[in-house]
Amino acid sequence: MTQPIVAVENLRVLFPTRDRKETVKAVDGVSFAVQPGETFGIIGESGSGKSTLGRAVVCLLKPTEGRVLHNGGNPHDLSAAELRRARREYQIVFQDPNAALNPRMTILRSVREPLDIAGTVPSGDRDRVALEMLDRVGIAPEFSTRYPHELSGGQKQRVNIARVLTVRPKLIVCDEVVAALDVSIRAGILNLFADLQREFGLTYLFITHDLGVVSHVSSRIAVMYLGAFMELGAPEALVSRPYHPYTEALMSAEPVPLPSHMRTGQRIVLQGEIPSPTNPPSGCRFRTRCPIAKDLCASKTPDWREMEPGHFAACHFAEPRP
Amino acid sequence: MIRALFDWMRDRPAAGLSLVFLAGLFVLAIFAPAIAPYLPTAQNANDTLAEPTLAHLLGTDDLGRDVFSRLIHGAPATLYASFLAVAVASLLGIPVGLLAGFLGGWVDDIVSRIIDTLLSFPAIVLAIGVTGALGIGLTNGMIAVGIVFSPQLARLVRAQTLVVKQELYVDAARCFGASAWRIIPRHIMPNAIQPVIVQITLLLAVALLAEASLSFLGLGVQPPQPSWGSMLARAYNYMEIAPEQMYPPGIAILLTALAFNTLGEALREALDPTARRR
Repeated sequence: MTQPIVAVENLRVLFPTRDRKETVKAVDGVSFAVQPGETFGIIGESGSGKSTLGRAVVCLLKPTEGRVLHNGGNPHDLSAAELRRARREYQIVFQDPNAALNPRMTILRSVREPLDIAGTVPSGDRDRVALEMLDRVGIAPEFSTRYPHELSGGQKQRVNIARVLTVRPKLIVCDEVVAALDVSIRAGILNLFADLQREFGLTYLFITHDLGVVSHVSSRIAVMYLGAFMELGAPEALVSRPYHPYTEALMSAEPVPLPSHMRTGQRIVLQGEIPSPTNPPSGCRFRTRCPIAKDLCASKTPDWREMEPGHFAACHFAEPRP
Repeated sequence: MIRALFDWMRDRPAAGLSLVFLAGLFVLAIFAPAIAPYLPTAQNANDTLAEPTLAHLLGTDDLGRDVFSRLIHGAPATLYASFLAVAVASLLGIPVGLLAGFLGGWVDDIVSRIIDTLLSFPAIVLAIGVTGALGIGLTNGMIAVGIVFSPQLARLVRAQTLVVKQELYVDAARCFGASAWRIIPRHIMPNAIQPVIVQITLLLAVALLAEASLSFLGLGVQPPQPSWGSMLARAYNYMEIAPEQMYPPGIAILLTALAFNTLGEALREALDPTARRR
């Protein structure tokens, strides 16, 4: 097997609550590896810790436990100056395209800033490189002198993409990149991501709550719930034969473009809200909302089992199918 | 450039007027000896506390000196004093506030305690203490006032920094490998500075009054050199005999403070690209 571009090993990210009496377990024991060139999707509802996971992968957060290895190396072993150089390899595009741009910098200055920091391109060429990258993502040169508030959400997200591309990263974490955009322009942005992946040989960690988006772009999908992975597999396998009741519920919640009497399958409606991550349920963390939970689920944490080659699930009652 | 300035002044008459007023004041301060009709120290024992006449446009003070000439000659000292105090306050307060807010942790804890301690002192008492240590004089007095003002700026800058450093574009800059020395001036400062500019213009006005207080107490401008504060202090002694003596320095201080504030507000708006009109 090739060296994974990023390997997450038993990652835990804990935050103290405001009164410092408890800890919020945002990410609570997650392991996975992303291979070069693939798109690894992570799906979960809000509060599942998926954004925290993404931030930990690009070293915006320090793991409380476990490691995030980039090409086998731990960035937190590096000195501050080495880390600043190394982190160009892995970039993140955020959910809110507006907040990610400094409101007092013109578009050109924002896009050129990573080049100014990296210093790899001679300063006289940086404007040209930035403008080329803007052109590549479909932003006309006349926008380069404007300020972020003068652009639309979709344009701003394109600017953010151009900006991370200037430093030629290998891995891009896409944290809900289309969630803040109008439905009508999402497809354009997603297609842009797909084109850029081919052109620049990028690897994506694609974080979303939108099953339609993630199954459209990913080669593998992990289903996250309350800080831990419930299931991991190829999109077709996950959609057609989910092993975990949570995945099943997620799939059935996805709107199907058919009149109700023509849809197959029953819609599973989960009861209640996602529990507080300060105090997740014992045993299986999904048991409080699980339709098939038994006593065993409260006492024992389910193992992460390989149900089919490359298809993992964490449920006591999942059985390998022939 | 000139054209843009005129357009700007037409759009905001109050700010334009303030700018013209302050510019006029600076010209007056620079060319004081040429403009003033009398020497500021020329006494006339036969003509004290006189009401305004054609010879003495604003009357004469208790020693028979021309109030108009003293007002003009007082402008340089007064402006120098308030700018010096605010410069000292900014140079101390802004970097300290930025560092405390950005670094957080124990640096912030220590700086915040020092700020709280300094703020708990009555400003003028602290200024008197510092003048006592540095020696009496306008410069020392206003450095002292600047030191007293600096915690106000530091606290404001710290609070602003705490807000701005949470912004996503700061995280984005960190992802590109930006160091603190790049993030603070390029991302934190420009986005945190707006209310600080307004506070600075307010402090300019307060510094005018502090100059008046210190000179009143004899710790600032030394007689016979005029300043608006010392003129006000002197006029105060004769309030019951010649109340009109209060007006020239008082109104000069009021108008200048007002102009600083108006200009500061306009500056804050001009610096904000999202507030650009239409």
